[in-house]
Amino acid sequence: MIPVTFDYVRAESVNEAIQQLKDSDGEGKVLAGGHSLLPLMKMRLTEPQVLIDITGIDALKEVRKEGDRLIVGALNTHREVSIHPDIKEHIPLVAETARQIGDIQIRNKGTMGGNIVHADSAADLPAAAFVLDAEVLITNEFGEQAMGIDSFILGPLITMMPEDSIVTGVSFQIPPTHTKSTYLKYFHPASGYPVVGVAAVAGTDSNGNIDFVRVGITGAGDVAFRATSVEEELLGKAPSEAVIKEASKLAADDGEMGSDLFASPEYRENLCKVYTERALKSILL
Amino acid sequence: MAVEKRNVSVTANGQACSAEVEPRKLLVHYLRDDLGLTGTHVGCDTSQCGACTVMVDGDIVKSCTTLAVQADGSEITTVEGLGTANDLHPMQQSFWEEHGLQCGYCTPGVMIAALGLLKENPNPTEEEIREGLEGVICRCTGYQFIISAIQKAATIIQESGIDLNSQQLVGEGTHNE
Repeated sequence: MIPVTFDYVRAESVNEAIQQLKDSDGEGKVLAGGHSLLPLMKMRLTEPQVLIDITGIDALKEVRKEGDRLIVGALNTHREVSIHPDIKEHIPLVAETARQIGDIQIRNKGTMGGNIVHADSAADLPAAAFVLDAEVLITNEFGEQAMGIDSFILGPLITMMPEDSIVTGVSFQIPPTHTKSTYLKYFHPASGYPVVGVAAVAGTDSNGNIDFVRVGITGAGDVAFRATSVEEELLGKAPSEAVIKEASKLAADDGEMGSDLFASPEYRENLCKVYTERALKSILL
Repeated sequence: MAVEKRNVSVTANGQACSAEVEPRKLLVHYLRDDLGLTGTHVGCDTSQCGACTVMVDGDIVKSCTTLAVQADGSEITTVEGLGTANDLHPMQQSFWEEHGLQCGYCTPGVMIAALGLLKENPNPTEEEIREGLEGVICRCTGYQFIISAIQKAATIIQESGIDLNSQQLVGEGTHNE
């Protein structure tokens, strides 16, 4: 499969990339790892006239801490995210999730920014992004803005991304130090994409009661979601097998279940409950 | 739309190579059609099977999902860079001796993926090898003989003191771990 003809330019800076996007008159696409974009182009589902390769912009590889947030530069590959010492220390959930994306070859190319802006409904990262109140950092000619992940992703492959702008990074909230986190997924055996992927962060106070809990679910429907009903049910309670099992029954309540040849809505709903229960047990018991 | 061809220059298996290509040309077609390195195969063409796996600047990547222009200036290792029929690389020798292939179509990608694994983890457990092969699919062997072959190759490479990271034909690592 060969994409239709396009032109190719390299950008040396964010400003240059924005200018190149403007020059393309809406026909340009940003190329980083290309592992979401090139398959679409090969199937001719998208036909940009110019690709703007941003992989030479070193500033987009930065990882930096700002207050209670860790900002991961858009160009970090999933592999780099999975082994970066600051990411492993402050937001291990993101490192653990990145480690489970695709396969080694894909993790060597696919990037944080590309994954988020592509907004695949079965992507792994959105679960962690919802749990850690991620903000997508977007730059255009007028400056930088931060957009909350829940307002950024509108639907499958649909985002609020403004024209002629670049995702420069993703900012994650660093969870309290007494919490633990995990990402568990039931993946499609051929594609490796999550049929249901559950990210959870939780911890208990000095009395042994849950004082922080976040659950995010991806893959189950068109968009990832926070399972806030589960969170509300657990908050303030002492964790036990029974308490977690009961709360996990609410795991599918806050999202809409999708359906395809592989998994019915009923099956996805059940997977949400089972994987939420497993994830919470593994960090709270 | 008429698009200017681009010069893409790479060091392929230690040799400087270049060709003028359209931006839409995939790396695997550049390697096969422009450089004549037909050892790298196109399998699924959808970045799942890994038959097209090559090493680019020390990282294993799927060359069916990479543009040739993206690889301009890089060092590439394909199966042709491992050894010759008379002087097999330990990985090739081990695949032969352990019957790590049947039809052989996936084998070039599998061997490059295996070398990518051994570069980072010179002495992997069976479990780690199985995990390291997550990006390649073999429809013949059931993987067991591939795993035996990689275990054998790891032993030979360690015993003979071959440094996969410094070996010219196996590129230069870019990760600092």
